[in-house]
Amino acid sequence: MRGKYRDGEGKSMALDVMIVDDSAAIRKILQRVLVQAEVPIGKVHEAGDGTEALQKLRADPVGLILSDINMPTMDGLELLSKLKADATLKDVPVIMITTEGGQAKVLEAVSLGAAGYVRKPFTAEQIKEKLVGII
Amino acid sequence: MEITHEYLVGQIQSTTLDVLSMMMGMEAACQDGFRQSVDSASGFALGQTQVGQVRCDRETVEAFVGISGPMVGTGVVSCEASTACKLAGAMLMTEVSSVGADVLDAMGEVANMIIGNLKTHIEERVGQLWLSVPSVVYGRNFTARTVGKFEWTVVQVDLPEGKLVVKVCLTEAKPASARTNAESTATV
Repeated sequence: MRGKYRDGEGKSMALDVMIVDDSAAIRKILQRVLVQAEVPIGKVHEAGDGTEALQKLRADPVGLILSDINMPTMDGLELLSKLKADATLKDVPVIMITTEGGQAKVLEAVSLGAAGYVRKPFTAEQIKEKLVGII
Repeated sequence: MEITHEYLVGQIQSTTLDVLSMMMGMEAACQDGFRQSVDSASGFALGQTQVGQVRCDRETVEAFVGISGPMVGTGVVSCEASTACKLAGAMLMTEVSSVGADVLDAMGEVANMIIGNLKTHIEERVGQLWLSVPSVVYGRNFTARTVGKFEWTVVQVDLPEGKLVVKVCLTEAKPASARTNAESTATV
């Protein structure tokens, strides 16, 4: 099966990932969850807020971004907006992972171009389910 | 729509159980919630029902999250330090023997998730609310105080690993024109 993250023989290619959350605990958990979900991970980058994420992404683009919404300095929705406005980053899928579960926030994220939305608390299976359709 | 004590208890119980089971794989049982009218947020962890200022004489970790919007208040998640280490260890899937940055961060995130999900439910009734970044306190013999007198809804959660207490106080926000310089809304 050919796809964005598969080579000509249908094998998964390693995916560089950016995890954006102001909680170091959540960043560690998400790294572990990606391994449990059997996502072929390459490099994992971390950022504590949207500003740091954007700086790192412009230097080192990735194949997938997992981002919280509520963060200091630049929140996840503003980050999403800026990513979609950037010619080199706009096609990177962004999955929001957040406690913000209200319908309005979900719709806002989707309208800004989020590829998926997962509420905290989450299980590894929920993350895997969201990734399946994307990678 | 009114936010009753019974509604808060039910939501605190369900959000806490979800966080413990989904993020930590822990089975927990919630005790019945109770009201406490105190001017202190701290020290009545672990089932005590003292009124007034109380001191916490065991090593304790308390994570505070502020709430603002049409309702203002504070959410607090607290437990003994040993329980916090076990919660953090379960979240991070590693052995944690003492309270350090990892434990404080994990407890802050536990409070963020419990109070954040509670906020999402309350918003359906009162309109958009906002949460502060969690603040976490670790130590013994400390007293935390909430400015003004408020009623707290308290739920104790029993785990094989120890006890967790979730406390929330919420009140309607006063319009800005009705506030004076001497008054203060609920803050930690």
